[in-house]
Amino acid sequence: MTHTIHSSARREAEILGSLQPDRALHLYRQMVRIRLFEEQVNELYTTARMPGLAHLYTGEEAVAVGVCEALTNEDYITSTHRGHGHCLAKGGAVDRMFAELLGKEAGYCRGKGGSMHIADPAKGNLGANAIVGGSAGIATGAALSAKMRKSGQVAVCFFGEGALGQGLLYEVMNMASLWSLPVIYVCENNMYNEYTHYRETTAGEIKARPEAFGILAEVVDGQNVREVYGTATQLVERARRGGGPAFLQCDTYRYHGHYVGDIDRAYYRSKEEEQQWITQRDPLLLHSAWLLEQGMVEDADLQEIRQEVQAEILSGVQFAINAPYPAAAEVDENVYS
Amino acid sequence: MSTAEPRELTFAEAVREALTEEMRRDLSVFVIGEDVAEAGTPFKVLSGLAKEFGLERVIDTPISEPGFTGIAVGAAMTGMRPVVDIMFGDFITLVMDQMANQAAKIHYMSGGHFKVPLVMRTTLGATRRSGAQHSQSLHALFSHIPGLKVVVPSTPYEAKGLLKSAIRDDNPVAFFEDKMMFRMKGPVPADDYTIPLGVADIKRIGTDITLVGTSSMVQVALAAADQLAKDGISAEVVDPRTTFPLDKITLIESAKKTGRAIVIDEGYCRYGVTAEIASVIAEGAFYYLDAPVQRMGAMDVPIPFSPALEDLTVPTPETVAAAAKSLCTQN
Repeated sequence: MTHTIHSSARREAEILGSLQPDRALHLYRQMVRIRLFEEQVNELYTTARMPGLAHLYTGEEAVAVGVCEALTNEDYITSTHRGHGHCLAKGGAVDRMFAELLGKEAGYCRGKGGSMHIADPAKGNLGANAIVGGSAGIATGAALSAKMRKSGQVAVCFFGEGALGQGLLYEVMNMASLWSLPVIYVCENNMYNEYTHYRETTAGEIKARPEAFGILAEVVDGQNVREVYGTATQLVERARRGGGPAFLQCDTYRYHGHYVGDIDRAYYRSKEEEQQWITQRDPLLLHSAWLLEQGMVEDADLQEIRQEVQAEILSGVQFAINAPYPAAAEVDENVYS
Repeated sequence: MSTAEPRELTFAEAVREALTEEMRRDLSVFVIGEDVAEAGTPFKVLSGLAKEFGLERVIDTPISEPGFTGIAVGAAMTGMRPVVDIMFGDFITLVMDQMANQAAKIHYMSGGHFKVPLVMRTTLGATRRSGAQHSQSLHALFSHIPGLKVVVPSTPYEAKGLLKSAIRDDNPVAFFEDKMMFRMKGPVPADDYTIPLGVADIKRIGTDITLVGTSSMVQVALAAADQLAKDGISAEVVDPRTTFPLDKITLIESAKKTGRAIVIDEGYCRYGVTAEIASVIAEGAFYYLDAPVQRMGAMDVPIPFSPALEDLTVPTPETVAAAAKSLCTQN
């Protein structure tokens, strides 16, 4: 199937041209939900109320939201160690997520998964994965399953640019292309493989890699939620029609360190660089400015959204703090089905 | 009870029959792996399967073990029942992440929400002159991982009944077939029978010593028992049939009865299946034992190519009989 840049741009214009105010506002609300959720996680962690590790998604909100808004409830996603944003964008509930992060029984995985393993079957979230690139097989397998069952579902595989070093990704992209599977590989290029710039680890152009398998690849500004949404919608529509897999590179940035404890970052990236992204390229600021410019909202509307979401976050975290831990007898349950 | 006429099948035919019956019974069962379709695998175990079920359900893959295993995990999580073919057991090292970190843990990590009903068929066994990377018996690696089940069939009868149970199981199951047994013949009922995972079978009743054997080592133990009988030693042969779940009770009860035990398995002896089973028997039957539990496995060396050397690395009826005789003459 040929796919020219021209027709792609035209279709994107159609999609964005028909972007209704309620959808445009929903994109904003979802990004705010992720932003405030992660700020609360940071607070929980730094006040020693959250055990384990936390890899914050702050700064990358437009990617998860833009992609997941292009999906139906039945479509699948697989997520990463930096996965809170994906889970929320796919419709995850704040209270059950906080409960999982605190290891409580009311959590999505009864507290057995934690931050890096949240899964939400009811929303098609096949789970976050703590092995970099580890879910590439699962997402591709879900796409094979959808094709075999003729269900019309599409699978999205989220991964960071660090996963480009993993062989598994190339094995499954090869098969996805050979078998024309309905899977979208979404590469969140936040530029740093943990503490190393991706240019030190990634030879050639990222886009050339999927293209070598005959996979349609697009590169978008991952800070522009409408651009992500418009392109993702096209790729998802195409996959659903039987057009095969696609690769979506979203250039983005994480505001925090690799994990919350990664405070001193000057040896791998400058404060100036961070400030530039935070002040000039923030996905929430960019989208709210657009909403105002379009006359879709007024400042007070945005303020109201932020307050509503903040109330939801506070009530969710309180629920999780008050929720009981799993009983000791749970420890060896669910090892086998 | 089987009502079918007694008939004999080879081990390979028994595997194929189990797959055929399960694929007819359940449309979600499919086969995926290298050269599984028209080629029917290099061992020809799957010959004819693609013809009956088509290339949509008997899927040839590139040579990408981690990739197609990962794909099978995702398919299993979303309503399918894949049977993954890993040509040689040595190649399970390539799929370790997908099996040990993904398939094995997904049910638990998701708080019981997701199931991974996946079967991985692969091989074990030396003496085929295949060299160090095509001759190992690595089932202990999977037996170590909570969340996985491991099956080691010893006869064509076991192969069919256990494979059908493995396919119907909602957990990831590794199914190890001894490649030297594919042509072995034995009685296999034509009807739809299953053998539960985790139930050992006493292959020969005896009173003086227990020989625990897995996979083809059951045949070695039975041959050793024949030799021992000529010397007036009555050996009981126990086949655990699965290394996990492990039927500890049958193993312990047999050792309690005979007072002596040798555990024989074709994996490396060091930290292996023999170590686990020997410790189960030692802990469970200690006060009934007249001799230390002995272990016999593959020598702790990379399996050599030269026939003169390779044959030295695995237990044989002669070495097992000699060990048993020595154990029975100790006080």
